[in-house]
Amino acid sequence: MILSRKLTDSISSKWMLACLTFCLLLPLAIGAGLVFKSTPLLSSHKLTELLFSSDWYPSDNQFGFWPFIVSSVSVTVLALIISIPLCLLSSIYLTQFAPKWFLKFMRPVIDILAGIPSVVYGAWGLLVIVPLVSDKIAPLFKADSLGYSLLAGAIVLAVMTIPYILNMLLEVFSQMPVELGEASLSLGATKWETIKHIFLRKGSSGILSAFGLGFSKALGETIAVLMVIGNVVQIPQSVFDSAYTLPGLIANNYGEMMSIPSYDAALMFGALLLFVIIIIINIIFRYIIYKSELI
Amino acid sequence: MTFRRKYEEKFFRGLCFLFTAIIVFALVQIIWTIAQKGVPSLSWQIVSQEPKGGFYFGKEGGILNAIAGSFYLAVSATVLAFVISLPVALFMNIYLMKYQRILMGIRFFLDVLWGVPSIVYGAFGFTLMMYLGYKNSLGAGVVTVAAMITPIMIRAMDEVLKTIPIGLQEASYALGSTKTETAYKIFFKEALPGFATAILLAFGRGIGDAAAVLFTAGYTDYVPHSFSQPTATLPLAIFFQLSSPIEEVQNRAYAAAVILTLIVLVLSVSARMLKPKK
Repeated sequence: MILSRKLTDSISSKWMLACLTFCLLLPLAIGAGLVFKSTPLLSSHKLTELLFSSDWYPSDNQFGFWPFIVSSVSVTVLALIISIPLCLLSSIYLTQFAPKWFLKFMRPVIDILAGIPSVVYGAWGLLVIVPLVSDKIAPLFKADSLGYSLLAGAIVLAVMTIPYILNMLLEVFSQMPVELGEASLSLGATKWETIKHIFLRKGSSGILSAFGLGFSKALGETIAVLMVIGNVVQIPQSVFDSAYTLPGLIANNYGEMMSIPSYDAALMFGALLLFVIIIIINIIFRYIIYKSELI
Repeated sequence: MTFRRKYEEKFFRGLCFLFTAIIVFALVQIIWTIAQKGVPSLSWQIVSQEPKGGFYFGKEGGILNAIAGSFYLAVSATVLAFVISLPVALFMNIYLMKYQRILMGIRFFLDVLWGVPSIVYGAFGFTLMMYLGYKNSLGAGVVTVAAMITPIMIRAMDEVLKTIPIGLQEASYALGSTKTETAYKIFFKEALPGFATAILLAFGRGIGDAAAVLFTAGYTDYVPHSFSQPTATLPLAIFFQLSSPIEEVQNRAYAAAVILTLIVLVLSVSARMLKPKK
């Protein structure tokens, strides 16, 4: 009886350890698999040429990822420019000014926004944002645009990153020590001055991390952006130009990648690039969060 | 001076409120737009039939293939992820309790994994599938989605298990139970309501994701009968039908979007309701 219990215990702990090891090895396997698949491309092309050339002619064996990198980064930065003020001020409102019930009401709203699948955001973008950009915003700046543009992608992406960033900011502001605010108020500062000078400074590392993680989330977003950004291989000159993001490139061409030599290697290199960039960003900002939690 | 301070206060308070209102408005606008476009094309036919001949030119048929496919995929992936996540989460909170540094390292690692975009999982799943010589199939999709949602599930379970007081563990040992028994009989039961939230969260992520299944699960007009057959999924059904120039096909995509949004809405609301109160 005791023997079988001990045996169960030892088998089950080995199984648990095996599962854990498996989970920890998974990202290494992802990295290794993608490196393995993109070796043919890396051995025939120079890395700098792949990254910084803007000649994308797969059938001529020319793979320059620069237009995709520029598009991805600019749509992400533009999206964050839109969503950061929204998130920051509304997280301040919800934690500092609003009544308790309103924050309670907003939590499910944020949950729902976070849960809406990206393809639905894409459909919404097609219905609302694309016409809005082509009929209203572009004429305002005297520009011609079909609507399928960097700006449309950025607006959709901004809405998608809001719940993600907002949740983290709410966490930051709700962990703010009450005494700190009270000390500032008792010295005669107004509520807004307290927020501006005390809370923003105290929470700066958390706020920065929220933006950083939001950036990495937005950079990897695929389907919704793909649907509204136009997918033209070019370096966009203005926000009303079409662009083509890195995840979009991978998603759009999986069907034909077997028919052109090195094309699959190039797409896998794209995935590898995305993986490495996002892992690095995540490590940096998660580390900042962990450090600030320890203090 | 005080005048300026007073108005600065008022101005920013107003601005904060305005921005919050914009966020609420965005949510309402999204749901309203999708509902307005999709609900008129919703019908019993759409949810109960597979696509028939000429479906993609606006003729007869429905999207049962995608609805059933999505459910098969998300349910199997969630089960698979659960089978892997449960031992890991329990291991972290029972065996590694003494090694806080390692534990923190693992949590950090899982958090980083959470950030990896689904398209990368999709590309990796595809590579693995080609390497092993499989074709696009439900099975490949399940494995890819499971890999994607496992870190999310482990961390969510871990957050629940973390709150269990250490006294409970010590009491269990004092009564002579082994670590395994403590894990599965005490901790598992104690954390069960919290696990429900974790599962729903992961399930919602699995059913809504398009990029991971794009490479791996394929697309078909039939409801799959085994793991080796390709399967349609709701997000891809929406994506493909939206790119059609025919209006009826597009409207059906919006109807599918309404169905998908409803599923996700129900999931996220029930996840919040099941969440144990702190």
